[in-house]
Amino acid sequence: MAELSSQLQALEEITAAARQAVAEARDNRALDDVRVEYLGKKGKITAYLKQLGNVSVEDRPVIGKSVNLAKQEVTGLVEEQKQALAAAAMEAALKAETVDVSLPGRNSEVGGLHPVTRTLQRIERYFRNIGFEVAEGPEIEDSHHNFTALNIPETHPARAMHDTFYFDADKLLRTHTSPVQIRVMEEQQPPLRLIAPGRVYRCDSDLTHTPMFHQVEGLMVDEGISFTDLKGVLSDFLQAFFEKPLKVRFRPSYFPFTEPSAEADIECVICGGEGCRVCSHTGWIEILGCGMVHPNVFEHVNIDSEKYLGFAFGLGVERMAMLRYGVNDLRLFFDNDLRFLSQFK
Amino acid sequence: MKFSEKWLREWVNPALDTDALVEKLTNAGLEVDAVEPVAGEFSGVKVGQVTSVEPHPDADKLRLTKVNVGEDELLEIVCGASNVREGLKVPVAVVGAVLPGNFKIKKAKLRGVPSFGMLCSAKELGLAESADGLLELADEAPVGDDFRDYLALDDVAIDIDLTPNRSDCLGIAGVAREVGVLTSTDLCPVTTDKVKATSDKTFPVTVSDSAACPRYLGRVIEHINPKAETPVWMQEKLRRSGLRSLGPVVDVTNYVMLELGQPMHAFDLSKLNGQIDVRMAKAGEKLTLLDGQEIELQPESLLIADNNGPLALAGVMGGEGSGVTDTTQDLFLEAAFFAPDSIAGKARSYGLHTDSSHRFERGVDPELAQQAMQRATALLLDIVGGQPGPVTEVACDTDLPQSASIFLREERIKRVLGIALEREEVSEQLTRLGLTLKQENDGWQVSVPSFRFDLAIEVDLIEELGRLYGYDRLPDTRPHGTVLTTNITETETQLERLQNLLVDRGYFEAVTYSFVEPKIQALLAEDEQAPIELANPISADLSVMRTSQWPGLVQALVYNANRQHDRIRLFEVGRVFKGTLSDMAQQRQISGLVYGNRHAEQWAEKAREVDFFDAKADVEALLAVSGGDIRFEADSHPALHPGQSARVYKNGEPIGWLGALHPKLNKPLDINGRVYLFELNLSAVLQSQVPEFEALSKFPANRRDLALLVDEAVTAGQIEDCLRTIDSDILKAFQLFDVYTGDGVEVGKKSLAVAFQLQHAERTLTDDEVDSLIQTVTETLEQSLGATIRS
Repeated sequence: MAELSSQLQALEEITAAARQAVAEARDNRALDDVRVEYLGKKGKITAYLKQLGNVSVEDRPVIGKSVNLAKQEVTGLVEEQKQALAAAAMEAALKAETVDVSLPGRNSEVGGLHPVTRTLQRIERYFRNIGFEVAEGPEIEDSHHNFTALNIPETHPARAMHDTFYFDADKLLRTHTSPVQIRVMEEQQPPLRLIAPGRVYRCDSDLTHTPMFHQVEGLMVDEGISFTDLKGVLSDFLQAFFEKPLKVRFRPSYFPFTEPSAEADIECVICGGEGCRVCSHTGWIEILGCGMVHPNVFEHVNIDSEKYLGFAFGLGVERMAMLRYGVNDLRLFFDNDLRFLSQFK
Repeated sequence: MKFSEKWLREWVNPALDTDALVEKLTNAGLEVDAVEPVAGEFSGVKVGQVTSVEPHPDADKLRLTKVNVGEDELLEIVCGASNVREGLKVPVAVVGAVLPGNFKIKKAKLRGVPSFGMLCSAKELGLAESADGLLELADEAPVGDDFRDYLALDDVAIDIDLTPNRSDCLGIAGVAREVGVLTSTDLCPVTTDKVKATSDKTFPVTVSDSAACPRYLGRVIEHINPKAETPVWMQEKLRRSGLRSLGPVVDVTNYVMLELGQPMHAFDLSKLNGQIDVRMAKAGEKLTLLDGQEIELQPESLLIADNNGPLALAGVMGGEGSGVTDTTQDLFLEAAFFAPDSIAGKARSYGLHTDSSHRFERGVDPELAQQAMQRATALLLDIVGGQPGPVTEVACDTDLPQSASIFLREERIKRVLGIALEREEVSEQLTRLGLTLKQENDGWQVSVPSFRFDLAIEVDLIEELGRLYGYDRLPDTRPHGTVLTTNITETETQLERLQNLLVDRGYFEAVTYSFVEPKIQALLAEDEQAPIELANPISADLSVMRTSQWPGLVQALVYNANRQHDRIRLFEVGRVFKGTLSDMAQQRQISGLVYGNRHAEQWAEKAREVDFFDAKADVEALLAVSGGDIRFEADSHPALHPGQSARVYKNGEPIGWLGALHPKLNKPLDINGRVYLFELNLSAVLQSQVPEFEALSKFPANRRDLALLVDEAVTAGQIEDCLRTIDSDILKAFQLFDVYTGDGVEVGKKSLAVAFQLQHAERTLTDDEVDSLIQTVTETLEQSLGATIRS
């Protein structure tokens, strides 16, 4: 029977060897081998515990306590090492999975709306919000709706000024969106609030004209609508559309279907009214035509012009888009060049 | 209407500079389009006279001249102009002069001969766009005077873009009247007093169509001097209005037109036979116009004729045979009022547009002819002399327009304009316009003078009041009105949703013309029905209405492919025009085109070209937005690949097409590579339904997969149709997830893998239930399609 101290010495040596073995275990398997070697049923520490029977009764508690401590310690170390190995493994895996986040994502192509649509959507949204409905009408029109009912009789010089595309003596491509006013008023009595966006056609093609373009017609008819209301609604709209406070000027003009008639100019959005090529150095840009619905138009659609008053306006969508986005060539709108279209995303 | 500012100021001279005057006009509805100097910027140019011309010793084309510019010594100037001659008066730029473009005149040597200045052409002084030779001045031009002063060139030409209702301002008199009102300035009109006849010579006039010509004035002037020349002041005023001098008689008629607004015409009396008759043209009549072209007259054309036939197209243009020439000695002068309706559209129908027709079709003061006749006579007597006869007038009072008398209600002014005007202001403004007012209880009885024939109804007067008050002085207000109901339907999808969906799937929206080239359309059309044709297309390649959006999209594809784009996805929303003019549908469609690579070139995936199913996925997504029963059935379309084209059905109705462009069209359309096209009836696509909730099952779902072996000809659609016939409350859904031919599958057959989702709403499924359903499925497929289960 050995001395107590040498017994404890031997235990300490085993424990020290276990510590080193745990620290040297490089993977879970090696670690498990270490665990079995020291803590398994036939492990070195376990074996040491088994020979406690040979220890004197008075030494037994001391030795027993030491063995338990050694066992706990090694168990703890194994567990720690296990976690360390797992963390290292995770780290290695993460490292291996690292990607170049600056590479582009897969298949992320987004297209774009045509700037005319984009502009129309904004105009429609604005007017819907103030209670206007969107109306539609045919593009192949008859001369009654395009001209006669709009107080443009057969011999009126304004007919010639419209550069109309004809199919026969009666059918034509609408030269403006105004016939939609007539079609709606034929069907409905006031109060009316509508806008009519769409394609219109004029037999004209040069640097500043295309044979097809877009207009938005607007109409508001009710009791007690006046010219100052027209000014208010359109000024508000123009400020909203260009998203800045703009000077708006109304000039007397002439349209057969409105009276009083006006043209609205805005302070040039390119030069801020200083004068530039876009505004022909006037500081003003003509933006829309408008006026109070002519009594003859009401008469054509059986609306009582004594009871009701109304205003109408028409604006060119491409022109609005050109000013808004700084497009300098009208023809670009119809070339469908992707270099152009892709600028409106 | 373009005119010299100085000329206007002879009539009315408000204390405003040019800019302020122009702004006044624009703000009053006479929109000024342009203000241009009447001459270039130059100084140091004098009126000179060439006193001698000698050849240059060393240059054939140059001459040595001596020129008197009113100084002690003559200037020696070398000149290359062909019209230089002794005695000629010309503008002379003396040494130190500065010509337009900052061109400084210095002493110079031309081919060895010193030259002290330059003789000028109209172009060199910015008076004309082009010139051949020196500007020849009148004999009475004062030698030594500053040339700018002599022609009063410190002036601008103001160009007003008049609206069709303001033809009263197509003359200086009318513009002056307007400026007078706008600036409260008095007018200094020219005299139009009666010029006494010094002979009793007349030429008979009959008006057969008095409705078209309610007033006709004629006057004979005999023995004019055919050699007389138009005075410089008149030439200059004409030039500043954009008219060329064409001899004194024509110049006077043009001058009076510009001054008073009354178009006139002068005939050579010796060419007239019998009598003047103002009548409609007869079938087969012809007339050679002043511009040399012969026209065949249409029956509704108003003519000035004599016993031999047509002389002039009334109110439009005179005839060549009866016009004034440089040998004319006796004149017959015409000033008439032609009714606008009888002239409107006539010039245009002959491809003409003249200063005269422009005025008559818009309207001329019906009372103006007499004044114009007197003014023209007086000017002619001054310039070409002669003996005027008495004025012959044929007028029909009942056909002459009557001046309007309008009742203007005070309350109506406020209702239309939105603000009330003071009574004094109303009467003052309208009186200034030349209207006569009588105040009555709640308004005014207003009489309109003949020159404001555009004022016919109450609102015309209200517009004048608004205009003179100033639109900009009127406040901006927000309308008060009935609150209207609004539509928030769910049975129609918003178009924006579809547009955004395609944009999100990589499409760009195109806008293509509604008229297309017939040849391209014929290649892409669904049927052979002739498209609706424009009577006056802008060009042959935009001459028929589209029956499909494909021609426009394909052209946009070619345009972009030619610009090195290898991946193109376009869509368009718009109308197509099917049927005939008398029976036509203007249907809205949404159409698209897919071409090139599936994705833009990138690192992550192998490049591949798009195929039918890429395009189909987009169409399916588009249709899924609104729901409904969607089917694709193989069908043939002349423009599509026979093996890759489908007609699309929604709820059993055909709504469009999807397919690959037929490869035989690649060459004629100038396309390389596959193109996939779709077109769908928009209203059908938008048609939607309100979702209806179905309770969620709390019980687990089962999945069973089957591998079916069928003939190669059996389609997935047939299998789906067949499966839909199975009436089961546990078969929730099925998906085709694999298609296989090749090893292990007999030739002529294919293997399809289908997954079935099974679930019961109220309980957990038993194995027996599942087995029995799968049994039903296999039996049904076997019976209908000869399918066997592949183990």
